[in-house]
Amino acid sequence: MIELSNVHKTFGPNRVLRGVNLTIPKATSMVIIGGSGTGKSVALKCVLGLVTPDSGTITLDGQDVTQGDRDAFLARFGMLFQGGALFDSLPVWQNVAFRLLRGSLKRPKDEAREIAVEKLRRVGLKPDVADKFPAELSGGMQKRVGLARAIAAEPEIIFFDEPTTGLDPIMSGVINELIREIVVEMGATAMTITHDMTSVRAIADNVAMLHDGVIKWTGPVADMDASGDPYLDQFIHGRAEGPIEAVR
Amino acid sequence: MMLTAPLAAIGRQVLAALALVGQVTLYAVQTISHLFRPPFYGREFLNALVQIGWLSLPVVGMTTLFTGGALALQIYAGGSRFNAEAVVPSIVAIGMVRELGPVLGGLMVAARVASSIAAEIGTMKVTEQIDALVTLSTHPMKYLTLPRVLAATLAVPVLVGVGDVIGIMGGYLVGISRLGFNPAAYLTNTVDFLETFDVVSGLVKGAAFGFIVALMGCYYGMNSGRGAQGVGRATKSAVVAASILILAANYLLTEVFFSA
Repeated sequence: MIELSNVHKTFGPNRVLRGVNLTIPKATSMVIIGGSGTGKSVALKCVLGLVTPDSGTITLDGQDVTQGDRDAFLARFGMLFQGGALFDSLPVWQNVAFRLLRGSLKRPKDEAREIAVEKLRRVGLKPDVADKFPAELSGGMQKRVGLARAIAAEPEIIFFDEPTTGLDPIMSGVINELIREIVVEMGATAMTITHDMTSVRAIADNVAMLHDGVIKWTGPVADMDASGDPYLDQFIHGRAEGPIEAVR
Repeated sequence: MMLTAPLAAIGRQVLAALALVGQVTLYAVQTISHLFRPPFYGREFLNALVQIGWLSLPVVGMTTLFTGGALALQIYAGGSRFNAEAVVPSIVAIGMVRELGPVLGGLMVAARVASSIAAEIGTMKVTEQIDALVTLSTHPMKYLTLPRVLAATLAVPVLVGVGDVIGIMGGYLVGISRLGFNPAAYLTNTVDFLETFDVVSGLVKGAAFGFIVALMGCYYGMNSGRGAQGVGRATKSAVVAASILILAANYLLTEVFFSA
C-alpha cells in the first residue's frame, strides 16, 4: 500500500502540491487525472524519490520511502515515462533488459535478451525490433519499448506516466488491456497518470482527481460519473465551462 | 535605494559565483568518492575511453603538428636577431612538452569532449533518461559521470604525450625542409636538452585538464535547463568553464612545478 499524506512541493514561486493525501491499496490500479501542469507527474516522482517533497510523508507498506535501502526500494518499482525515456546509446533489447544486465537482478546475457524479446512481444513488437536503436523507432513504438522495460523485471509496483499519449486508438486499447492484465495477473499495484478518459475507464479500480495542488475527489471508478463533484464532472466531460479555468 | 542597487547586483553575482564554486567542488568530491564504492561500470568506462581518448587523437595531432611547425618558424626568426637560430630544436621541444602540448591539447579536448558530454547528458536529463536510470536502480554519478571523468583523466595525458611527439615532429619537418637544419643534429639537440621532468610535468597537466574537461561536461549536463535552449546553454557553459579552468590550472601547476 502506498500512502501520501499532506505532501507539499514548491518550485520557486509555483506551489505545485499543496497537501496531497492519497492511498493506493495493494494490487489495485489507481488513476490520477487532472489538467496539464497540475502536478500529477510531480506527485508520482515524489513517491520514487526523484523529487523531494518540501513536507509531508510518503509511506510504502507503512515504511517511510526516504528511509531504508534505496536499491531494494527501487527494485520493487517499474516506471513508464511520458516520452519513453529510452537510452539512445543502447539497442532496444538492452533498454528493455537494462535491469537484468546489471546490479542485483543481473543474469546471463542470453537469458536477459530472451526475456527482453518476450516482453517486447507482450507489448505488440516483433523480435526484429530488439536490435534497433530507439532513434529508429516511431514515438508509439518507443513508448511500447518503455512499457516493456517497465515490466521486464516483473515489479510489484508500476507507475505509468501518460501511457497512451501519442498512440493510435488501437494501440491505446492494447496498452490499456496490457496494464489491466499486469495488475490482475501479476498482482501488481499500478499508479497511472492520464488525460485519456477511455484509458481511465479501462484500467482504473480507483480514480483521483488532482487540481490546485490537492486531491479534489477520489473513489472507485464506478462512482466517477455520479460523483456530483463539479471539478470532476467538468473534467470527465471535457467542458470548457466550469470551476476549472480553461486559461491556466 | 538607488545607490545600493548596483552594489546588490554585484553582490548577487558574487554570491552566485561562490555558490557555483561550492557546487562544482562538491560534485567533484562526490565523483571521486564513487571511485571507491562499487558497482563500477567497466563497459561505460571503456566506451568513454574510446570516445574521449582515441577519437580525439586526430584533433590533438593536427593541432600540435601545425603548432610545432609554426613554433619552429617563429623561434628561428626571433633567434636570428641575436644569432641564436641553433636553439630552435630545444625550444620547440621544451615549449611543446611543458606548455603548448598540454594546454592546446586540453583546450581542443575541451572543445570536442566537454561539449559532447554536456549535450549528451543534458539531453538525457531533458528527456527524463536520468530519472529512468534512477528508477532502474542505477546511480547516474556511477553510470555517467565517473566513467567519463576517469577515462578523461587517464586518456588526456596519453593524448598529450602523443601530441608532444607530433608537435616536435612538426618542428622537425619545418626545421629540416625550410630552415636548413641537419636532420640528425636536430634530433640530437631535441633529445639532449629535454629533461624527464619537462615531459612528466606536461603529462600531469594533461591529467588535470582531462579531469576538468569531463567534470565540467558532466556537471553542466546534469544541471541542464529545460528544452533545446537549456541543453545549448549547458553545452556552452561547459566549454567556457572547462577552457578557463584549464588556463587557470595551467598557471597554478606551472607555478608549482617551475617557480624558483
